[in-house]
Amino acid sequence: MLPFSYVRPAHVAAAVAAHTQDGEPRYLAGGQSLLPALKLRLAQPSLLIDVARLPELSALRREGERLVVGAAVTHSALAACPHIPALAQLAGSIGDLQVRNMGSLGGALANADPASDHAAALLGLGAEIRTDRRVIAADDFFLGMFETALEPGELIIEIAFPLPNRAAYAKVRNPASGYPVVGIFVAEAADGIRVAVTGAASSPYRLSEFEMALAGDFSAAALEGLSVPAEDLNRDLHATHEYRAALIPVLAKRALNCGRKP
Amino acid sequence: MRVAFTLNGKAVEAEVEPRTLLVDLLRQTLLLSGTHVGCDTGQCGACTVHLDGRAVKSCLVLAVQADGRTVLTIEGVAAGEALHPLQEAFRDRHALQCGFCTPGMIMSGLDLVTHLDKADETAIREGLAGNLCRCTGYRPIIEAIAACIGEKG
Repeated sequence: MLPFSYVRPAHVAAAVAAHTQDGEPRYLAGGQSLLPALKLRLAQPSLLIDVARLPELSALRREGERLVVGAAVTHSALAACPHIPALAQLAGSIGDLQVRNMGSLGGALANADPASDHAAALLGLGAEIRTDRRVIAADDFFLGMFETALEPGELIIEIAFPLPNRAAYAKVRNPASGYPVVGIFVAEAADGIRVAVTGAASSPYRLSEFEMALAGDFSAAALEGLSVPAEDLNRDLHATHEYRAALIPVLAKRALNCGRKP
Repeated sequence: MRVAFTLNGKAVEAEVEPRTLLVDLLRQTLLLSGTHVGCDTGQCGACTVHLDGRAVKSCLVLAVQADGRTVLTIEGVAAGEALHPLQEAFRDRHALQCGFCTPGMIMSGLDLVTHLDKADETAIREGLAGNLCRCTGYRPIIEAIAACIGEKG
């Protein structure tokens, strides 16, 4: 790793102020994606601003019909949270035990890996991202590969997930990396049916054709005969774009078959 | 930078660069070489230690991230000469061959013993997904952890 400076501010205001410094400041949460990137010199920040222990980022509470999760809450802590079982199951399936104990929800979302598990839940539940300066709807958050709507220095404080009537997540994992080759989150959400896909394209997206098919009949049978075009999907050494296209309806049906009420 | 934390029950302090990994501080400065470096890329789990009671990979944690917190390494697991029940279980079931992955297996195993309510093999296997054994001796490792979970009742 190339040298960098490090600060651990006590409050959000100080963290955001630190990010206005010259050079290339960067927030550090759990570091489970950032540290490997630093080792590979894919990122070369001049300053790491450690936000993992900011008190404002540690929420885990019910707020009416929402579950509010602080950006610094670890995958392990979210996996133990009972309010949205599909979200807990998803969080408990990320990476491995050690990564879940260190990695955080906000870090994963800000990193915006095209195969992020949490991205599927964010879109699939229609969550809102509350930052130090505004609220961003899930549908407006992911702009592209490792690219989000966050402005320079904008810090995620917490994420509010509306409680779904029912929801489930199904994926095929890459056995070496643990990342989903494709992951599908289906939900009968507060604002209607949502089907979100991760791992298949440059960023996670919703499948409106599947959502319409499920609007009248929220079951695997309603997806019979539906397919997705392969052209624009990811192709890499792990899977062809045709294989990913084939996985999408299969995993959507698996998720629907294990859907349960929260 | 100055870091101060609790290591195996004792207060320690050290001077580190911000980029120093926790595992390098443990091994090279504090001379606790029981925590191993297998891959240095976060794949193998040989460097697993506990940070505030949870298993983490010390090659994916900066030393400065441990400042003010509590770290447990393999050297702090036994009580003097008395092995921890999980270490006993590893010995009794021959749950190690070359021994290189063993410190990491014990530290992840301890997290599972603490947080799993019952000795469910699928859950133990899933819990060890971040620890590789190149001798492929997983079966007795899983049995040792299961036995230790069973004993805690």
